[in-house]
Amino acid sequence: MIEVENISKSYGNTLAVDKISFSVERGEVLGFLGPNGAGKTTVMKILTCFFPPDSGKASLFGHDIEEHPHEIKRLIGYLPENNPLYDDMGVYDYLNFIADIRGIDKSRKQKRIAEMVEICGLNKEIFKDIYELSKGNRQRVGLAQALMHSPDILLLDEPTSGLDPNQIVEIRNLIKEIGREKTVLLCTHILSEVEAACNRTIIINEGRVVAQGTPEEIAQKAMGNLVVYTTLKGDPGDISESLSGIKGVISVKHLRTRENDRHQFILSINRNEDICEEIFMLARDKGYVLSQLHTESSFEKAFSKLTRGGIRNE
Amino acid sequence: MNNPVLCIFRKELRSYFGSPIAYIFITLFLVVTSYLFFMDYFLMEDANMRSYFSFLPWIFLLFVPAISMRLIAEERRLNTIEVILTLPVSDWQFVFGKYLSALAFLIISILLSFPIVIVLYYTGKPDIGPIIGGYTGTVFMGAAYLSIGMYISSITRNQIIAFIVTAILILFFLIIGLPMLLFSIPSWLVPLFRWMSFFDHFISVSRGVIDLRDILYYISVIFIFLILTYNSLKNRT
Repeated sequence: MIEVENISKSYGNTLAVDKISFSVERGEVLGFLGPNGAGKTTVMKILTCFFPPDSGKASLFGHDIEEHPHEIKRLIGYLPENNPLYDDMGVYDYLNFIADIRGIDKSRKQKRIAEMVEICGLNKEIFKDIYELSKGNRQRVGLAQALMHSPDILLLDEPTSGLDPNQIVEIRNLIKEIGREKTVLLCTHILSEVEAACNRTIIINEGRVVAQGTPEEIAQKAMGNLVVYTTLKGDPGDISESLSGIKGVISVKHLRTRENDRHQFILSINRNEDICEEIFMLARDKGYVLSQLHTESSFEKAFSKLTRGGIRNE
Repeated sequence: MNNPVLCIFRKELRSYFGSPIAYIFITLFLVVTSYLFFMDYFLMEDANMRSYFSFLPWIFLLFVPAISMRLIAEERRLNTIEVILTLPVSDWQFVFGKYLSALAFLIISILLSFPIVIVLYYTGKPDIGPIIGGYTGTVFMGAAYLSIGMYISSITRNQIIAFIVTAILILFFLIIGLPMLLFSIPSWLVPLFRWMSFFDHFISVSRGVIDLRDILYYISVIFIFLILTYNSLKNRT
């Protein structure tokens, strides 16, 4: 669906994108993750044919971005960063304009606009002017714009920035819904967004791809091991010893003692399978009362390690 | 019809007439020009519009930049240029749609001065030929001004800057043809300056004489600045 090969782009003397390559399959929701200024938006602008790369090749649906921009523009839906909108237009006028320019046939146009209003939850806003809208509703208008012609590829550049937590959840669900049928490239610097909505993630930093895979894969690759937290009731020395005996456990650390003789431990493990089951069995066999057991997502740590430390996935 | 040029044209025209500023501009334009014209019309005892057309280049000096200033500068400021140029719209379609909407707005404003013609018929026996010629020439001149204005609007994000720079540029093209200035430059430069100036090409127009060379001059100016606008769109961040 999307093939990117070695694209580079610089603004003046600053290299924004440095030989990035990746591909996105049909029906995938790809999280495009990186700190601010990593070059995410530049890649988006190249893929939407807003400007060409300095070097490298990219194609969407087999159309080259430089040779057939018009075909690509027809097929994609794009929500740019900060969601620019014509403030002086009415919501309906704007959607009507988008439908016209997308070439939606007159007979279907009103129905389609009504559908978009329904999907994006703009029922109350439809007769307002855009400048009157709240940030969340502006975002909905932007999404309606991007979805108007039901594009096969949707490119969203920080679709939830500036929204309140409820709105974020709503927009995220909407993206998930869309992602069932469409290919989505979701650009963000919010980690939980990727974990919540994406099948696969690409992390870029300083214009380069530093990691790709599912959040778990990236975390494991970057950190080398997973972390499990557990709280058990019993003698801390005994527990510590038994936990160390489990296969795959590298280290056990007694973190703190809580009320009623309960002790929290942190375990470092180096294998992928579910170690929690074994901990539960151990607790049952030895009679330790288990009150907490979870693996920590070290994705956040991995992210900061990858984007600050600068280790590369080569 | 879903032609992108037409879509942009309709949208832009809507946004011109959707704001009260448009009506204020048109009213101001009509009041000022009518006042200037009728100030001495009744003294002249001659039913023609020559004086009307002869001061329009100076009125347009302020009126046209006001129309053109927002065209592309506003798109750049709001970043909506990123939305519209990633829709299935080519750069040329964008430029033409924008330009034609501003031109339509200008033509509507000019045509709204029709009551003057009615007064002329009421008070005398005007010759319709020069009037039609004068209007045609005025439209071409305004169209040339607009193309300059749109180009300037495409290189800045600031409407005020677009307004001022456009006005200065138009002023430049006007005064290089003024006799006052032509006396003070080396004589070999005079033909070039006269040819480049709006002023010289407008004198015959204001008399209602449409010379193909003048029309050709205006059309070339329009094309040059449309091409410049197109090129400046390549500059994107």
